[in-house]
Amino acid sequence: MMDVALESTASEAVVAAPPAAPSALRERARSVTRAVARTVLPPLLGLAVFLAAWSLVAASIETSIGAVPGPRAVWDAAGALVEEHARERTKAVEFEARQAERKEAFLREQPGEPWIERQYAGKPTYLDQIVTSLKTVFAGFVLASLVAVPLGILCGSIPLVQSALGPFIQIFRPVSPLAWLPIVMILVSALYTPEEAWFEKSFVSSAITVALCSLWPALINTSLGVASVDRDHLNVARVLRLGWWTKVTKIIVPSALPLIFTGLRLSLGVGWMVLIAAEMLSQNPGLGKFVWDMFQNGSSQTLSMILVAVFTIGFIGCLLDRAMVALERLVTYGGAGAR
Amino acid sequence: MSEADRYLECWQLAKSYPAPAGTAVIVEGFDLTVREGEFVCLIGHSGCGKSTVLSMVAGLTEPSAGGIVLAGREIAGPGPDRGVVFQAPCLLAWMTALANVRLGVDEVFADRPVAERVEIAAQALYRVGLHDALDKRPGELSAGMRQRVGIARAFALSPKMLLLDEPFGMLDQLTRMELQEVLIDVWQREGITALMVTHDVDEALFLADRVAMMTSGPAARVGAILEVPFPRPRSRRDVLDHPDYYALRESLIGFLEEQAHPPADQHAA
Ligand SMILES: Nc1ncnc2c1ncn2[C@@H]1O[C@H](COP(=O)(O)OP(=O)(O)O)[C@@H](O)[C@H]1O
Ligand SMILES: [Mg+2]
Repeated sequence: MMDVALESTASEAVVAAPPAAPSALRERARSVTRAVARTVLPPLLGLAVFLAAWSLVAASIETSIGAVPGPRAVWDAAGALVEEHARERTKAVEFEARQAERKEAFLREQPGEPWIERQYAGKPTYLDQIVTSLKTVFAGFVLASLVAVPLGILCGSIPLVQSALGPFIQIFRPVSPLAWLPIVMILVSALYTPEEAWFEKSFVSSAITVALCSLWPALINTSLGVASVDRDHLNVARVLRLGWWTKVTKIIVPSALPLIFTGLRLSLGVGWMVLIAAEMLSQNPGLGKFVWDMFQNGSSQTLSMILVAVFTIGFIGCLLDRAMVALERLVTYGGAGAR
Repeated sequence: MSEADRYLECWQLAKSYPAPAGTAVIVEGFDLTVREGEFVCLIGHSGCGKSTVLSMVAGLTEPSAGGIVLAGREIAGPGPDRGVVFQAPCLLAWMTALANVRLGVDEVFADRPVAERVEIAAQALYRVGLHDALDKRPGELSAGMRQRVGIARAFALSPKMLLLDEPFGMLDQLTRMELQEVLIDVWQREGITALMVTHDVDEALFLADRVAMMTSGPAARVGAILEVPFPRPRSRRDVLDHPDYYALRESLIGFLEEQAHPPADQHAA
């Protein structure tokens, strides 16, 4: 019975194969086109509508410092910022070249004398400010993770720690960066010794503020992940008489990894958002300071520059989030499913 | 009775949980003695307390009353002298089969060199027929193969006893029969003592030396014990052809049916 059925389908397939191939190919091409249309067209459409609406609204609003810039003006402002960066770089390179020349001449005329190297003191460009912001948020995020993940593991695995820390988490979690920052700045000023410091004071204050605000999502999600490890897995650990350290590293952390990463991802998002506010107030030379400076100088360029910053902040935030998702996939690969 | 005849002894074992209306007595007055090297199946209706008993023997659950003595020592808490096979194999999905088995091996044989520990774990996996799957993760293994790893993990520690809680309950009939052979092979070669929970009458008759039948709860206990006289090594064919097979099967099923619908007079008593 089965054999007959198999044979008949096989022979049908042979007969049908030659004409089927090109049509299958066409079918395939059509489905690819359809998929592209579904995934690429809607965002493009959304973008077009957004730009049109923006242009319309921009043209109809007049502020004390000129018209609200449309997409075109913002685009030009972004171009100008990149150009400025290129100019500064050339100046820096020229400065280095001049200095090298002078050093050579100096050493020729007064051999053996100590030569004092000078740093190029150009003002930080927009791209430099982006880099500073990234460094700051990264420092704050690493600091937060180093505290939050181990603490979360303790919280999730030891009920006593959970109930001891619970109230503090509840109270400190909703505190805004604007409240933390002054405290942090005063403390940093008190403890900061310029001679042996590795970092700028403003950098340290901003990073710590970021850490204080981004601590909570990682802490809460880690402890949730650890507390909800499969009971069966914990029974296995008990039956195998695993030591505490083995249990934590081999069973609890891997089980909780997806939630730990969710927490870290949220933390990084919060950190990035908080950073801008922290930089504005602490004058850390990053994107927040850029926005603040622009706001202060109130030129006709102000609004377009700030809008460039807004888009940059959004874009980088989105990239950071994507990067965390990719990292999570990498780390938890094969972790899902299958008990 | 000699020490070997009372290798595992459960004495007046009881377990109750606090419930909204007083306490729920799950198991009470549970007596069972297992000889060294014996294979005993525990059979009973779903929810009667089989897992509860096994979990007390494993040391995962504290008995409310009574005691459990294994090889002359009262048990307190779980330990590597009792290998447990759960219904779901509970493998760690982020580790290979070998690493899953090594998890326990590394703890129990911590004083041996690494190479030797790897050898112990690999041998256990060979023993259950997983020659090619040492480096596979659970996700790449079939349900049957995963449970083989679960069995290997349990006996790799050279336990005094194997405790199995419906280990094949989630497998299809063919795989289940395959794994019964694997289990009986391991049990025979290692000379290990085994206590296995099942609700499959044929499985119990094929595997066990004795079948302990539990009454239905509340306050479940061992209602009757059935000796299974089939010679070993057993083949499935021989067991099915044995003249006593159907009589034994009938008495098991009869007991279970009686527990499901207790006759009126027994109810009154
Ligand atoms: N932690 C617990 N708290 C309260 N009742 C429980 C608990 N664990 C099991 N029980 C009850 O004990 C009874 C027996 O459960 P179990 O031993 O799993 O049965 P079996 O394995 O025979 O199907 C069930 O009615 C179950 O509801
Ligand atoms: Mg059960």
